[in-house]
Amino acid sequence: MVLLIVGLISVPFIGWWKALLLGLFGAIYIWATETEHKKPRLISTLMLGRTTLLNRIRQYPSFHFSFLPYVVFALFVLIPFVFNRYQTEIITLAYIYVTLAIGLNYIVGLCGMLALGYIAFYAIGAYTYALLNTQFGVNLFVALPISMVTGGLAGVLVSLPALRLRGDYLAIVTLGFGEIVRIVLNNWDSLTAGPNGIMGIARPSLFGVKMGTPLGYYLLAGGLAALAMFVQNRLAKSRTGRAWEAIREDQLAAAHSGIPVFRMKLLAMALGAAWAGAAGAIFASRQTHISPESFTFLESVLVLCMVVLGGMGSVWGPAIGALGLIIIPELLRGVELYRMLAFGLLMVWMMQFRRGGLIPSMRLKTSSRVA
Amino acid sequence: MFLQQLINGLTIGCVYALIALGYTMVYGILELINFAHGEVYMLGAYLGVIGFGLWQALAWGGGPTVTIIFLILFAAVLAALWGISIERFAYRPLRKAGRLSPLISALGISIVLQNFVMLSKGAREEVFPDLLAGKGIDIAGAHISPVQMMIFLTSILMMAGLTILVKKTRIGTAMRATAQDRVMAQLCGIDVNQVIALTFAIGSGLAGVAGVLVASHYQMINFYIGYQAGLKAFTAAVLGGIGNIPGAMLGGLILGLIEAFGAGYISSEYKDVYAFVILIVFLVFRPGGILGERVVEKV
Repeated sequence: MVLLIVGLISVPFIGWWKALLLGLFGAIYIWATETEHKKPRLISTLMLGRTTLLNRIRQYPSFHFSFLPYVVFALFVLIPFVFNRYQTEIITLAYIYVTLAIGLNYIVGLCGMLALGYIAFYAIGAYTYALLNTQFGVNLFVALPISMVTGGLAGVLVSLPALRLRGDYLAIVTLGFGEIVRIVLNNWDSLTAGPNGIMGIARPSLFGVKMGTPLGYYLLAGGLAALAMFVQNRLAKSRTGRAWEAIREDQLAAAHSGIPVFRMKLLAMALGAAWAGAAGAIFASRQTHISPESFTFLESVLVLCMVVLGGMGSVWGPAIGALGLIIIPELLRGVELYRMLAFGLLMVWMMQFRRGGLIPSMRLKTSSRVA
Repeated sequence: MFLQQLINGLTIGCVYALIALGYTMVYGILELINFAHGEVYMLGAYLGVIGFGLWQALAWGGGPTVTIIFLILFAAVLAALWGISIERFAYRPLRKAGRLSPLISALGISIVLQNFVMLSKGAREEVFPDLLAGKGIDIAGAHISPVQMMIFLTSILMMAGLTILVKKTRIGTAMRATAQDRVMAQLCGIDVNQVIALTFAIGSGLAGVAGVLVASHYQMINFYIGYQAGLKAFTAAVLGGIGNIPGAMLGGLILGLIEAFGAGYISSEYKDVYAFVILIVFLVFRPGGILGERVVEKV
């Protein structure tokens, strides 16, 4: 039956032979994952369920992870001296996405709210710096906090109407907001120069030292990403972080335990959007030219993929997700057309078999009731 | 000018209403925003083009009316099957998994479908055949093309059929019961899985029809039309009160009118913004929509 239906619906698109294969695959897939008998037949054993290798290692008391960040940090500082310029620039871009993914992790991972137009805050941060710099000649390091504030304010403004309602509405409102921002940037010619974008954004300098070299950007973007990870790591373990996770697991129970749900959600949105604003400012100064087409819905989805595939709620997960999703397609040139198809499938499968992502958060329960 | 914008608005509004019905029916039963629904509409448009090729290969003859009826049926049936498959693969395994997971899964499916069509049919725009090339009617300076008439007629038939199905038949009763209380419906002997699959089939079938209708109106389709149409149809569903079937129809028509008049009288560059601004305004002041009741969070 499944074979028939899946085959039939895909024939018009890919022809008989491939459709037959796809149908066969679908039938086997349904058979293998049939959950009528308590557990999926095959996949659960393959996928290791919820106990992960990492969790198993964590159980050994002598093997603490406390030294790991320093080792990783040292390795990453060495990268620009080992790899060539092109590779270094790709990794720099990946760092910007790490910052974005960490920011989105506040909203999606820690607080359990789905925000879809996340790239709008990135765009706002980028345009804030671009305008401040081209109109008033403001230095990047002065503009960075301003970009964070404008991004964060936008986050608060968007979520104010949506947060009072059922969780899923936030997804739609942010999605709509992302579109509004893009369309406005495209059409407000007098301010944003429309589809042409803003050109001639200055590269940063600190106390007269020019930072516009690939190495400078590597350190700048890497530093921001490291800072974002550090802050999130501390916050997630604090009272605030526990409150967010309580809201994610059960909003009603959290409210009854005295957590100010609305305020905490707002805080998560503001922080997430602020980091996006900071990443946007760095992006604008690195590109020296920004236009609305850098901030499409696809980018939002890409960042969401990083968080979901990496591991919602854990700090390392989104970071590794971001590095992976930027660097792996670079390594696999030639099949990059299939990139988004693979990401989409992975998102669906992750939800079914490994809801915690690659590196699951230690406190994530698999049933997050409140979106 | 006024009358022309009214007609244009109603035309596009009918299409939004057809898509919004799918959102609202699925939301009514599963409380899930089916992000992939817009893509099913896009599939419907492509199925229209493919069906036309098939029809010509079969060479059974018949006038343009017969052809268009065949295209609509072809797209509706296949889109319905797509809907059932999506539900089976992406949503049914997650039915007990809470809110966030099915939403992300839906987003994943939407990306998969977009890229599936892009890879199999190419990223270029496809031309939809101009089937109903007639003169149309002129009323008081406004022009109604044959395609627009077809859109009105088909949508009204579809909506009437759906209303009868939901209100008068046994299947419709089972659907309403499942929407009200899934566990209780199960206890009363309703096969809930079947009802949900049927809901997806009907919703997707309507979206497929909408795809053919829009494609024959604009005569240009590509693989990313589903995203924006889906977003607007969802706005229409919220506007009318999500979960409410007459509400979705009303919301679609109102949204179409707002867009047409906004584009005609204010600025056409910001045409796509109106829908979202209205969505946000409604969420602030009347989240239940025009015909909806207050949403109470279920524990």
